[in-house]
Amino acid sequence: MTSVQTDLWEELRTTALLGTDRRPLPPASGTGALAAAAGAVDRGDPAAALLELAALATVRRRAGLLPVPAGPPQPAAPPDQRRALPDAAARRLAVLLSGRGSGTGSGTGSGTGVGALANLAELLPQWLAGARELDYRPPAALVPALLDAARARSELRGDAVALAGPLGRWLAEHNPDWSYVRRTAVESRAAGSEQTWHEGLFAERVTHLTRLRRSDPPAALELLRGTWSTERAEDRLLFLDALQEGLSEADEPFLEAALGDRSKNVRTTAAELLSTLPGSALGARMAERARALVQVADGRLLVSPPTACDSAMQRDGIAPKSPTGRGERAWWFGEVVAATPLAAWTTGFDLTHDQLLALPVSADDGDPADGEDGSDSWRDDLREAWARAAVRQQDARWARALLGPAPRRAGSVRTAGSPAKLLAVLPPAERAAWTSSFLQTHGLGDAFQLLGACATPWTPPLSTAVVAALERAAASGAYPWSHSGVLGMTERSLSPATAPAVEALAADASPDSAWAETFGRLAGTLRFRAAMLAELNDNG
Amino acid sequence: MEERWSTEHVLSLSPDAASSKAAGKLSGPGPWSGVGCNGTALWGACKGSGSTPYRTVVELATPAYQCSCPSRKFPCKHALGLLLLWSVGAQAVPNGGEPPEWAGAWLADRQDRAEQKRAPRAEADPAAARRRAERRSARVAAGAQELRLRLADRVRHGLADQSTAASPWEEVAARMVDAQAPGLASRVRELEDLDEESLLSRYALLHLLAAAYERVGELPEPLAATVRSRIGFSTDSAELLAGPTVRDRWLVLGRQDVADERLTTRRLWLRGAKTGHPALLLAFGRPGQAPELAIPTGQLLEAELAFQPNARPLRAVLGTRHGGPEAPPEAEAVPPGVSTVRALAGYGEAVADDPWLDSWPTVLTGVVPVPGPGGWQLTDGQGALPVHGTPQSALWRLAAISAGRPVTVFGECGHRGFAPVTVWGENGRATGVSG
Repeated sequence: MTSVQTDLWEELRTTALLGTDRRPLPPASGTGALAAAAGAVDRGDPAAALLELAALATVRRRAGLLPVPAGPPQPAAPPDQRRALPDAAARRLAVLLSGRGSGTGSGTGSGTGVGALANLAELLPQWLAGARELDYRPPAALVPALLDAARARSELRGDAVALAGPLGRWLAEHNPDWSYVRRTAVESRAAGSEQTWHEGLFAERVTHLTRLRRSDPPAALELLRGTWSTERAEDRLLFLDALQEGLSEADEPFLEAALGDRSKNVRTTAAELLSTLPGSALGARMAERARALVQVADGRLLVSPPTACDSAMQRDGIAPKSPTGRGERAWWFGEVVAATPLAAWTTGFDLTHDQLLALPVSADDGDPADGEDGSDSWRDDLREAWARAAVRQQDARWARALLGPAPRRAGSVRTAGSPAKLLAVLPPAERAAWTSSFLQTHGLGDAFQLLGACATPWTPPLSTAVVAALERAAASGAYPWSHSGVLGMTERSLSPATAPAVEALAADASPDSAWAETFGRLAGTLRFRAAMLAELNDNG
Repeated sequence: MEERWSTEHVLSLSPDAASSKAAGKLSGPGPWSGVGCNGTALWGACKGSGSTPYRTVVELATPAYQCSCPSRKFPCKHALGLLLLWSVGAQAVPNGGEPPEWAGAWLADRQDRAEQKRAPRAEADPAAARRRAERRSARVAAGAQELRLRLADRVRHGLADQSTAASPWEEVAARMVDAQAPGLASRVRELEDLDEESLLSRYALLHLLAAAYERVGELPEPLAATVRSRIGFSTDSAELLAGPTVRDRWLVLGRQDVADERLTTRRLWLRGAKTGHPALLLAFGRPGQAPELAIPTGQLLEAELAFQPNARPLRAVLGTRHGGPEAPPEAEAVPPGVSTVRALAGYGEAVADDPWLDSWPTVLTGVVPVPGPGGWQLTDGQGALPVHGTPQSALWRLAAISAGRPVTVFGECGHRGFAPVTVWGENGRATGVSG
């Protein structure tokens, strides 16, 4: 805001700062009424007079304020055509956003009574995914809090940015705290154009590329090829990820060329993509290397690990140094096998995967450097690498074979690779069934990652198995906090249909015990989740 | 038959988010038994973790709450949950019926006390009261004179020298408290940490106030009342309500809660639909408790208000209500406002009446919040006002509701800029900016 006159004010201010003992009082100035009033001030005591003149000037300044000139108009946010979130769901979102990151968020904790709620932060992702699925427009007033929540939790970004819609993007242009919004790819219904690719924000470009890839894979590749050399390294990496969908041999020359990229991450990603491409030259090169490393003789698999990582291997994405500090030869061996098409083994040796997995393994030269019990070690390395290949190539048959049936006996049953990752390759129902039977034998102890690999919400049978395992844990005298990881996951994944069973457990647990509280809270959360999902579908 | 409140209305009474959440869980019929209502009150018993259910009563007019639960929050989650249950409709809480004895006793007791309050209070001893008042005004006058001397001393030695000043302002403030001039004391305390820019004007206005009190008898009565109230003379609410009141349909323009460690202060701004008169109601609550006075922003309440005497009457107390708050007709949902130029002119006129006024409640119409080099501004295309005193989160909420398009904003317009309180977006719904 601007004021009319400032000369007298500056004089007064300087005099006040230095003191009327040191500087004379400025003469009365100005026009009309102000000058008359200033002239009427008794100047007997210069200090008191200065204060009176300053009071006059202050009031005159305040009474005469004018707005500053308006700047040029700024573009408004594009309109959002989606339907508004139902009122109850909007209130729920406000509650979920206000509860984020603050533990149980139950305030002073006095009189919380039965069924205190789980950490609301656990429920926000589901709410966001549900709301996004139904294509709602959130209340504008909640969009800033939504963007803040996703800023702190990157796993929420995809859903939050999609839900925040055009308003979210518009806000993010004004607030550097939300710059991640521009870099978050979102599937939107509006069609992009070639122009989007050349002039759009990063997220819009990724969206455009992803959508095009879905409808016309060669055209998407062509588009990317056109600007590839001018893209920044981190952008190239994310664009390359978009090719994962609809990968075909048409992409091979481009990916082969990317093996020579300036950026190491781009090179590695290109190599991984090629290794999942059936019939790729890289796959063939790896298979050839693999054949030199593993042979069948006398009903055994004989392993002779590489002795060097030559430049051709490096170009195909194998790092010369192990990032984990393992023995170099074992590292190179694992990398080659993991990148070899699994079909190369079955056709190469004319054996099924089950037969291959049943064969004993030993080192070709019995090199003692690999440990006293070299053969076991190579067997593990081989299975580990096959497991990585099965995950990378999304080969359910190999994954199933490597995983085997859920171990029946409690104790240390070792599975090659990460069981959770292998599990993720299987269809959801099979994952849930496998994990259920694992829980029945082993309880909750080692189940955390397996449960994490199952699709949410958990199927009713899996949910029932988890509840039964919790019940057994409670009966065995274990403490709930020793299962806090699983319990946290349970709060967001358990099927709402399990609520009555959990409520029964809460009622059965001895009053005021930790388990009573745990089950009570879990039941409360299930009811909360059921209500939350029902609200989203309420169009009344 | 009474109109049932909206969910927003009920939740606006909640002391905090945790209570709203807890109340939501008690808003189903599950835990409740023996619920009922009779148009002025509702009651019910809520099963808690103990064996005895909690007994909850809500009197709707004030509103007032009573619950046998041990919660220190007010209203407690049971009262809120009961209100939510009731707000759904007659199926959950049937109309008519008599309150059970425990609820009836409390309601009757409240009514008795309210009637006692309404009965005129006889002044115990008018002569003694007059002597007390004279004694106080002499002490305040002496305090004001001392303050003027102190201020002049500082100016004589130079404000730049402030750090070496012999007596810190805290000590002067304590003397103002002794002189029974709490308004002067708090303004003196504020001098302690001021930037150089506003230092001289604050000194000058404080000097003006102290000088004005010394000749308060010569001032025109409205200005004298302004000076007295700024010095710290307060008028008892009951006394005010005994005087003339203004009946109108008051639209709630906005609400703001400010909490410190001792007190939550709620400010509620109203505007008369007939008179166009602005009003400011204050209510206080202990920490963690919401002040009792709660009318949702955007609602209309037909009531009598009594204004504190002032050259610019604004502070008021709420007297008789004629019915409960209700949503305004659609055409009146968004209050009419003014341009940025008119807003500052309005503040200027107010300052001419009351020179100590920092800001004046104002509705701006057709303004867009835009980021500027020195912070956000509200612009109507002709002029712009800097946004002032608004936390970042509130600013972004305002920006989101506007989305770059013109909106109506209520707030306080003053010499430091415009402090937004409520915004009306495209859907015509009032949203509190701060939360």
